[in-house]
Amino acid sequence: MHTKSVAQLAKGLRERQFSSAEVTRTYLDRINALDGQYNSFITVDESAALAAAEAADERLANGTAYALTGIPIAHKDIFCTDGVRTSCGSRMLDNFVPPYDATVVERFKSAGAVLLGKTNMDEFAMGSSNESSFYGPARNPWNTDLVPGGSSGGSAAAVAGLLAPAATGTDTGGSIRQPAAFCGITGLKPTYGRVSRLGIVAFASSLDQAGPMAHSAEDCALLLNAMAGHDPLDSTSATVATQDYCATLSDSLDGLRIGLPKEYFGEGLDATTGECINTALKELEEQGAKLVEMSLPHSSLTVPTYYVIAPAEASTNLARFDGVRYGYRCENPADLHDLYSRTRQEGFGEEVKRRILVGTYALSAGYYDAYYKKAQQVRRLIKQDFMHCFEQVDIIAGPTTPGPAFALGAKSNDPVAMYLEDVYTLAVNLAGLPGLSLPAGFVEGKPVGLQLIGQHFGEALLLNVAHRFQQATDWHLRTPGSATEGTL
Amino acid sequence: MTAVSNGVTKMAIEHSEIEKIAVLSHIRITSEEIGQLAQRIAEILQMVDQLQAVDTHDVEPMANPLDAVQRLRPDEVTQSNRRDAFQAIAPAVENGLYLVPKVID
Repeated sequence: MHTKSVAQLAKGLRERQFSSAEVTRTYLDRINALDGQYNSFITVDESAALAAAEAADERLANGTAYALTGIPIAHKDIFCTDGVRTSCGSRMLDNFVPPYDATVVERFKSAGAVLLGKTNMDEFAMGSSNESSFYGPARNPWNTDLVPGGSSGGSAAAVAGLLAPAATGTDTGGSIRQPAAFCGITGLKPTYGRVSRLGIVAFASSLDQAGPMAHSAEDCALLLNAMAGHDPLDSTSATVATQDYCATLSDSLDGLRIGLPKEYFGEGLDATTGECINTALKELEEQGAKLVEMSLPHSSLTVPTYYVIAPAEASTNLARFDGVRYGYRCENPADLHDLYSRTRQEGFGEEVKRRILVGTYALSAGYYDAYYKKAQQVRRLIKQDFMHCFEQVDIIAGPTTPGPAFALGAKSNDPVAMYLEDVYTLAVNLAGLPGLSLPAGFVEGKPVGLQLIGQHFGEALLLNVAHRFQQATDWHLRTPGSATEGTL
Repeated sequence: MTAVSNGVTKMAIEHSEIEKIAVLSHIRITSEEIGQLAQRIAEILQMVDQLQAVDTHDVEPMANPLDAVQRLRPDEVTQSNRRDAFQAIAPAVENGLYLVPKVID
């Protein structure tokens, strides 16, 4: 049961081969038995999951079911869930039980999906390894000495470890794609504004975007169908019409022009990872795609640009955590300033505090033009690079990460080295483009991710290319030994 | 701080400057933390300083990746008052008010 895709589970549920209660029980049992080794969930609510499964079974029986009715999923613990603790991986929100659902959560509920639980993540989504979580690091199912990537590391580990057939994530600088690559699954960051941000704990509002994480592109398409669309309650939500992302999955790739930015294949890319990517590109070429060499000349500036804009926006967004209205509050505050500053000292972890301080610095009097305005200008140049390329190609392809998953602790004391992990993913967020990572091979047993970058609102084409690749390869069907050993 | 340099100067940041942004950020930091924090932040700022070498003359700053502007809506009441639900999760409330330490003597 647990090795079935979302599409297969949905078919089985519709045909009454098994019930949602049975599927949900299977995954809950797996979480109980195996998540000790992955730490991929922060909160699991068994009775709520089983009640939702029973409700789904009624809908399946009386003919009112939708595509995802009865499918168990996990949400990253950054999505507000009515009545279920939403910690964002932080001590600050360890006691926070939202009184409302994020729009994404609400959409999955309406579709009849079953919430298994909330997944582990870097604190406030700030990290590339899941090591900054207040609840301890999640671990990579392919090798539990390795990080699963971050910040959506718990979602990636839960899917790779077959503890959930699919999960949601958010991606501000690579936080869906990088953990998807490290854990050997498929993850999509949609175009900025494609999926509502309402009820997602804000990190950097001009970069944040939510998306699906699953084994296959087909499953991601099924999830995106439920997630995407205009939300009047999110003022940055796009009004561009959505489409049925499943409808074009099998379209031919004949004549597709794929751009290969030379900056993504140069110095810094692990050689064996590069070989996997080249082999994957050959497969696409065999299906009729044309590979075009190109350049994104401002690529070397994406890391510095991002590390001004993201901390600046974070310092503003995280000002709301003040110990007054919700979340953590320090004991016995002497005065109002002590309440604020000690609550934030005790409630935030090291990396979050560092980013707030850097962001505050970049926005402070005398430095605003030199840092924040400058970064916003370079951001436009980075976006223009992509726009020029898309005059000649349909999509862009390259590695998702410079190399495979690294060991826990390997980079946790060097913020700048950690930031460079996201060198190939950050530009996509800065330019607001959709990006997808899909499994494309292994380096010494560690998964490698191929990144596809599309034009604004070009999610359907990315999913189409990924699906065609997955029809010809089986990388996305490989499962880690740690998830399949034993009796479950 | 060596101000904003040309991208090659070794960055340093004064402890007093860290203390100032900590106050602005409303984050208490201890004297034991400040040395390592200053070093880490200097490393980040040094990496970020590459931006100074880029010619951005006449480049319009980009705040939104789709260059979208704030959408307006009719000035109509669309949400109901859920004060009780929101205050139920607050650390300290009384008679519908959030409680904080005394601000004025």
